[in-house]
Amino acid sequence: MKYVLGFILLFSLHAAVAVEPDEMLKDPALEARARSISQNLRCLVCQGEDIDDSRAPLAHDLRVLVRERLMKGDRDDQVLQFVRERYGDYVLMTPPVEWRTLALWSAPPLMLIAGLALAFATAFKKRRRR
Amino acid sequence: MMRRLFYFLPLIVFAGLAAFLAAPLLTGKDPRVLSSVLVGREAPGLDVQGFELPRHEKGMKLVNFFASWCVPCAAEQPILSRMQKDGVAVYGVAYKDKPEAVKNFLARYGNPYHAVGFDDGGRGAINWGVYGVPETFLIKDGRILKRHAGPLTEKDYLQEFKPLLEGGAK
Repeated sequence: MKYVLGFILLFSLHAAVAVEPDEMLKDPALEARARSISQNLRCLVCQGEDIDDSRAPLAHDLRVLVRERLMKGDRDDQVLQFVRERYGDYVLMTPPVEWRTLALWSAPPLMLIAGLALAFATAFKKRRRR
Repeated sequence: MMRRLFYFLPLIVFAGLAAFLAAPLLTGKDPRVLSSVLVGREAPGLDVQGFELPRHEKGMKLVNFFASWCVPCAAEQPILSRMQKDGVAVYGVAYKDKPEAVKNFLARYGNPYHAVGFDDGGRGAINWGVYGVPETFLIKDGRILKRHAGPLTEKDYLQEFKPLLEGGAK
């Protein structure tokens, strides 16, 4: 059991490797917001990492930018919008939830439902024949 | 007959999916190269030192983000020089660079730029959606027409830029 727990723990730890002490804001609430926003921003240099994890110079610049906008009083969604306006939707780690991304977001649950329906239909068909 | 078709359904779905996924691979396009979201919009301000991009003038301009410490930037200088000789107004933005280093770079590889601005903090680049150097923007009448990420090759110039340059006002 402890191995299972340990395994699960491995995947739940998020160590932000790249955020430097001199980047961090003094206000812990603002800094916490900065970190949560950053985890939704993709580093466009190392495109699988968010800007908190990436050591790329661009990631550093974006981390600083996020904190600057927060200090200026932007809301979380305004900060994300600021970056998105310049880099496009791909800079967001989670695709935006809008009408045009309806197909993207609904496809997995729909496929699950379709698969389950098919499975049940097949199972019941077999039973009836006997 | 319909029953047989039903059994082939997974194979058909797979074939369709395989074709859909293979198509981008076959075009040879690098998926890490991003398209600019600024295309079609007015060129943002360039808050950089020593340089004011004459955005509101009519005509075609090229804005090239480069750096002396960037190797592909050196590689594309001959193409930029050629474009400049062909009459294109090329403006350079030195990204996170030092004036001395830029001077040496231009002396060594040639200077195709009408003017060079210095984006010390990289903020100008962020406003333009730049995620690496070099990047080159084609501006027409103050609006961004095209963004090329990565070094320009002769092929890029002849196939992508020249048609646009000749089609636009000069």
